Amino acid sequence: MVPLDYYLVLSAIIFVIGVTGVVIRRNIIVVLMSVELMLNAVNLTFIAFSRSLGSMDGQVIVFFVMTVAAAEAVVGLAIIISVFRHRQTLDPQEMQLLKW
Amino acid sequence: MEFATVIFYLIAAVTIGSAAMVAFSRNIIYSAFSLLGTFAGVAAIYVFLGADFVAAVQVLIYVGGILVLILFAVMLTHRIADVQITNRAVGRIPALVVVGVFLSLLVQIIRETPWQKAKEIVYAPTTSRIGDLFLENYLLPFELASLVLLAALIGAAVLSRKELKE
Repeated sequence: MVPLDYYLVLSAIIFVIGVTGVVIRRNIIVVLMSVELMLNAVNLTFIAFSRSLGSMDGQVIVFFVMTVAAAEAVVGLAIIISVFRHRQTLDPQEMQLLKW
Repeated sequence: MEFATVIFYLIAAVTIGSAAMVAFSRNIIYSAFSLLGTFAGVAAIYVFLGADFVAAVQVLIYVGGILVLILFAVMLTHRIADVQITNRAVGRIPALVVVGVFLSLLVQIIRETPWQKAKEIVYAPTTSRIGDLFLENYLLPFELASLVLLAALIGAAVLSRKELKE
Protein backbone atom coordinates (compact mmCIF):
# COMPACT_ATOMS: atom_id res chain seq x y z
CA MET A 1 0.00 0.00 0.00
CA VAL A 2 1.30 3.42 -0.92
CA PRO A 3 1.76 5.63 2.17
CA LEU A 4 0.16 9.05 2.52
CA ASP A 5 3.50 10.86 2.12
CA TYR A 6 3.80 9.82 -1.51
CA TYR A 7 0.48 11.38 -2.45
CA LEU A 8 1.32 14.57 -0.58
CA VAL A 9 4.71 14.87 -2.26
CA LEU A 10 3.14 14.22 -5.67
CA SER A 11 0.57 16.93 -5.13
CA ALA A 12 3.26 19.31 -3.80
CA ILE A 13 5.22 18.78 -7.03
CA ILE A 14 2.16 19.44 -9.21
CA PHE A 15 1.34 22.54 -7.16
CA VAL A 16 4.88 23.88 -7.53
CA ILE A 17 4.82 23.30 -11.29
CA GLY A 18 1.60 25.31 -11.37
CA VAL A 19 3.20 28.14 -9.41
CA THR A 20 6.14 28.16 -11.81
CA GLY A 21 3.79 28.36 -14.77
CA VAL A 22 1.94 31.32 -13.27
CA VAL A 23 5.21 33.14 -12.52
CA ILE A 24 7.19 32.65 -15.72
CA ARG A 25 4.58 32.52 -18.45
CA ARG A 26 3.59 35.55 -20.46
CA ASN A 27 0.47 34.09 -22.01
CA ILE A 28 -2.63 34.52 -19.93
CA ILE A 29 -4.22 31.28 -21.13
CA VAL A 30 -1.20 29.28 -19.94
CA VAL A 31 -1.43 31.14 -16.63
CA LEU A 32 -5.05 30.00 -16.36
CA MET A 33 -4.03 26.41 -17.15
CA SER A 34 -1.40 26.57 -14.41
CA VAL A 35 -4.04 27.75 -11.96
CA GLU A 36 -6.07 24.67 -12.91
CA LEU A 37 -2.97 22.57 -12.16
CA MET A 38 -2.72 24.09 -8.69
CA LEU A 39 -6.42 23.45 -8.01
CA ASN A 40 -5.95 19.84 -9.08
CA ALA A 41 -3.00 19.44 -6.72
CA VAL A 42 -5.10 20.73 -3.83
CA ASN A 43 -7.93 18.34 -4.73
CA LEU A 44 -5.46 15.47 -4.68
CA THR A 45 -4.37 16.46 -1.18
CA PHE A 46 -8.00 16.57 -0.04
CA ILE A 47 -8.70 13.09 -1.37
CA ALA A 48 -5.50 11.65 0.10
CA PHE A 49 -6.34 12.99 3.55
CA SER A 50 -9.95 11.92 3.17
CA ARG A 51 -8.85 8.32 2.72
CA SER A 52 -6.19 8.51 5.36
CA LEU A 53 -8.55 9.88 7.99
CA GLY A 54 -11.42 7.64 6.90
CA SER A 55 -13.81 10.57 6.51
CA MET A 56 -15.84 11.63 3.48
CA ASP A 57 -15.73 15.37 4.12
CA GLY A 58 -12.63 15.82 1.97
CA GLN A 59 -14.39 14.32 -1.01
CA VAL A 60 -17.36 16.64 -0.57
CA ILE A 61 -15.08 19.68 -0.43
CA VAL A 62 -13.42 18.54 -3.66
CA PHE A 63 -16.77 19.04 -5.38
CA PHE A 64 -16.95 22.63 -4.18
CA VAL A 65 -13.40 23.23 -5.40
CA MET A 66 -14.37 21.80 -8.79
CA THR A 67 -17.42 24.07 -8.93
CA VAL A 68 -15.32 27.14 -8.27
CA ALA A 69 -12.68 25.94 -10.76
CA ALA A 70 -15.29 25.53 -13.46
CA ALA A 71 -16.79 28.96 -12.76
CA GLU A 72 -13.31 30.49 -12.75
CA ALA A 73 -12.42 28.89 -16.08
CA VAL A 74 -15.65 30.00 -17.72
CA VAL A 75 -15.53 33.60 -16.56
CA GLY A 76 -11.74 33.85 -17.00
CA LEU A 77 -11.84 32.62 -20.58
CA ALA A 78 -14.75 34.93 -21.38
CA ILE A 79 -12.72 37.87 -20.05
CA ILE A 80 -9.65 36.73 -22.01
CA ILE A 81 -11.60 36.51 -25.24
CA SER A 82 -13.18 39.90 -24.82
CA VAL A 83 -9.83 41.48 -23.90
CA PHE A 84 -8.25 39.85 -26.93
CA ARG A 85 -11.00 41.21 -29.12
CA HIS A 86 -10.27 44.75 -27.96
CA ARG A 87 -6.47 44.74 -27.66
CA GLN A 88 -5.24 41.84 -29.82
CA THR A 89 -2.86 40.60 -27.15
CA LEU A 90 -2.64 37.81 -24.61
CA ASP A 91 0.30 39.26 -22.69
CA PRO A 92 -0.74 40.14 -19.12
CA GLN A 93 2.04 42.76 -19.03
CA GLU A 94 0.19 44.77 -21.65
CA MET A 95 -3.15 44.64 -19.86
CA GLN A 96 -2.44 47.61 -17.61
CA LEU A 97 -5.32 49.95 -18.25
CA LEU A 98 -6.11 50.05 -14.54
CA LYS A 99 -2.50 50.51 -13.47
CA TRP A 100 -1.82 53.70 -11.53
CA MET B 1 8.57 -3.45 -4.70
CA GLU B 2 4.88 -4.05 -4.60
CA PHE B 3 2.84 -4.08 -7.78
CA ALA B 4 0.60 -1.25 -6.54
CA THR B 5 3.62 0.95 -5.85
CA VAL B 6 4.95 0.39 -9.35
CA ILE B 7 1.63 1.45 -10.85
CA PHE B 8 1.56 4.47 -8.55
CA TYR B 9 5.01 5.54 -9.76
CA LEU B 10 3.95 5.11 -13.39
CA ILE B 11 0.83 7.26 -12.96
CA ALA B 12 2.78 9.85 -10.97
CA ALA B 13 5.44 10.04 -13.69
CA VAL B 14 2.82 10.59 -16.40
CA THR B 15 1.07 13.24 -14.29
CA ILE B 16 4.21 15.16 -13.41
CA GLY B 17 5.61 14.90 -16.93
CA SER B 18 2.51 16.32 -18.55
CA ALA B 19 2.17 18.98 -15.85
CA ALA B 20 5.72 20.07 -16.66
CA MET B 21 4.80 20.17 -20.34
CA VAL B 22 1.87 22.46 -19.50
CA ALA B 23 4.08 24.94 -17.69
CA PHE B 24 7.25 24.77 -19.78
CA SER B 25 6.25 23.89 -23.33
CA ARG B 26 6.98 26.57 -25.90
CA ASN B 27 3.91 25.79 -27.97
CA ILE B 28 0.57 26.67 -26.43
CA ILE B 29 -1.19 23.85 -28.28
CA TYR B 30 1.13 21.32 -26.66
CA SER B 31 0.43 22.95 -23.29
CA ALA B 32 -3.30 22.62 -23.77
CA PHE B 33 -3.13 19.00 -24.82
CA SER B 34 -0.70 18.07 -22.03
CA LEU B 35 -3.33 19.29 -19.60
CA LEU B 36 -5.30 16.22 -20.70
CA GLY B 37 -2.53 13.95 -19.40
CA THR B 38 -2.44 15.72 -16.07
CA PHE B 39 -6.21 15.57 -15.56
CA ALA B 40 -6.34 11.91 -16.56
CA GLY B 41 -3.39 11.09 -14.28
CA VAL B 42 -5.02 12.82 -11.33
CA ALA B 43 -8.25 10.92 -12.06
CA ALA B 44 -6.27 7.67 -12.05
CA ILE B 45 -4.81 8.56 -8.67
CA TYR B 46 -8.33 9.21 -7.36
CA VAL B 47 -9.24 5.68 -8.46
CA PHE B 48 -6.11 4.49 -6.70
CA LEU B 49 -7.32 6.19 -3.53
CA GLY B 50 -10.71 4.49 -3.72
CA ALA B 51 -12.62 7.67 -4.62
CA ASP B 52 -14.62 6.35 -7.57
CA PHE B 53 -17.26 9.06 -7.87
CA VAL B 54 -14.73 11.88 -7.64
CA ALA B 55 -12.67 10.24 -10.38
CA ALA B 56 -15.68 10.04 -12.68
CA VAL B 57 -16.58 13.66 -11.98
CA GLN B 58 -12.96 14.68 -12.57
CA VAL B 59 -13.06 13.14 -16.04
CA LEU B 60 -16.48 14.67 -16.80
CA ILE B 61 -15.82 18.21 -15.59
CA TYR B 62 -12.13 18.72 -16.22
CA VAL B 63 -11.54 16.67 -19.37
CA GLY B 64 -15.01 17.08 -20.80
CA GLY B 65 -15.65 20.66 -19.78
CA ILE B 66 -12.73 22.82 -18.76
CA LEU B 67 -10.20 21.33 -21.19
CA VAL B 68 -12.53 21.74 -24.18
CA LEU B 69 -13.24 25.30 -23.07
CA ILE B 70 -9.51 26.07 -22.85
CA LEU B 71 -8.91 24.56 -26.28
CA PHE B 72 -11.68 26.74 -27.69
CA ALA B 73 -10.11 29.80 -26.11
CA VAL B 74 -6.71 28.89 -27.59
CA MET B 75 -8.16 28.43 -31.03
CA LEU B 76 -10.22 31.61 -30.84
CA THR B 77 -7.55 33.97 -29.63
CA HIS B 78 -4.35 33.79 -31.59
CA ARG B 79 -2.37 32.86 -34.61
CA ILE B 80 -1.05 29.47 -33.57
CA ALA B 81 2.09 29.70 -35.70
CA ASP B 82 3.54 32.66 -33.76
CA VAL B 83 5.12 30.73 -30.92
CA GLN B 84 7.64 33.43 -30.06
CA ILE B 85 5.07 36.15 -29.62
CA THR B 86 2.31 34.15 -28.05
CA ASN B 87 4.03 32.04 -25.45
CA ARG B 88 7.10 33.77 -24.08
CA ALA B 89 8.61 32.95 -20.72
CA VAL B 90 10.47 35.50 -18.62
CA GLY B 91 12.63 35.37 -15.52
CA ARG B 92 13.12 31.62 -15.58
CA ILE B 93 16.19 31.42 -13.31
CA PRO B 94 14.97 33.48 -10.30
CA ALA B 95 11.54 31.87 -10.56
CA LEU B 96 13.05 28.39 -10.52
CA VAL B 97 15.22 29.24 -7.52
CA VAL B 98 12.30 30.59 -5.48
CA VAL B 99 10.03 27.74 -6.48
CA GLY B 100 12.73 25.15 -5.74
CA VAL B 101 13.11 26.53 -2.21
CA PHE B 102 9.33 26.43 -1.81
CA LEU B 103 9.18 22.81 -2.96
CA SER B 104 11.96 21.70 -0.64
CA LEU B 105 10.18 23.39 2.28
CA LEU B 106 6.92 21.65 1.41
CA VAL B 107 8.59 18.24 1.09
CA GLN B 108 10.39 18.75 4.37
CA ILE B 109 7.11 19.61 6.12
CA ILE B 110 5.43 16.55 4.61
CA ARG B 111 8.30 14.29 5.68
CA GLU B 112 8.57 15.55 9.24
CA THR B 113 4.96 15.85 10.28
CA PRO B 114 3.70 12.69 12.00
CA TRP B 115 0.60 12.16 9.86
CA GLN B 116 -2.06 9.85 11.11
CA LYS B 117 -1.44 6.39 9.69
CA ALA B 118 -3.64 5.44 6.77
CA LYS B 119 -6.42 3.11 7.75
CA GLU B 120 -7.15 -0.09 5.90
CA ILE B 121 -8.97 0.92 2.75
CA VAL B 122 -12.38 -0.53 2.26
CA TYR B 123 -13.20 -0.28 -1.41
CA ALA B 124 -16.85 0.55 -0.94
CA PRO B 125 -18.87 2.76 -3.30
CA THR B 126 -18.67 6.35 -2.10
CA THR B 127 -21.54 7.89 -4.04
CA SER B 128 -24.33 7.39 -1.53
CA ARG B 129 -22.30 8.74 1.38
CA ILE B 130 -21.33 11.80 -0.64
CA GLY B 131 -24.99 12.34 -1.49
CA ASP B 132 -25.98 12.06 2.15
CA LEU B 133 -23.33 14.58 3.18
CA PHE B 134 -24.44 17.02 0.47
CA LEU B 135 -28.02 17.01 1.68
CA GLU B 136 -27.25 16.99 5.39
CA ASN B 137 -24.09 18.68 6.64
CA TYR B 138 -23.25 20.62 3.48
CA LEU B 139 -26.70 21.72 2.37
CA LEU B 140 -26.03 25.46 2.51
CA PRO B 141 -22.70 25.34 0.59
CA PHE B 142 -24.39 23.03 -1.92
CA GLU B 143 -27.10 25.57 -2.64
CA LEU B 144 -24.56 28.39 -2.74
CA ALA B 145 -22.54 26.41 -5.31
CA SER B 146 -25.55 26.34 -7.61
CA LEU B 147 -25.83 30.10 -7.19
CA VAL B 148 -22.14 30.51 -8.07
CA LEU B 149 -22.64 28.43 -11.21
CA LEU B 150 -25.66 30.50 -12.25
CA ALA B 151 -23.69 33.72 -11.73
CA ALA B 152 -20.78 32.33 -13.76
CA LEU B 153 -23.14 31.33 -16.56
CA ILE B 154 -24.70 34.78 -16.77
CA GLY B 155 -21.33 36.49 -16.38
CA ALA B 156 -19.73 34.52 -19.18
CA ALA B 157 -22.66 35.16 -21.49
CA VAL B 158 -22.59 38.88 -20.77
CA LEU B 159 -18.81 39.18 -21.10
CA SER B 160 -18.37 37.32 -24.35
CA ARG B 161 -21.35 38.58 -26.32
CA LYS B 162 -20.91 40.86 -29.26
CA GLU B 163 -21.42 44.49 -28.37
CA LEU B 164 -24.26 46.18 -30.14
CA LYS B 165 -23.34 49.22 -32.11
CA GLU B 166 -25.67 52.04 -31.15
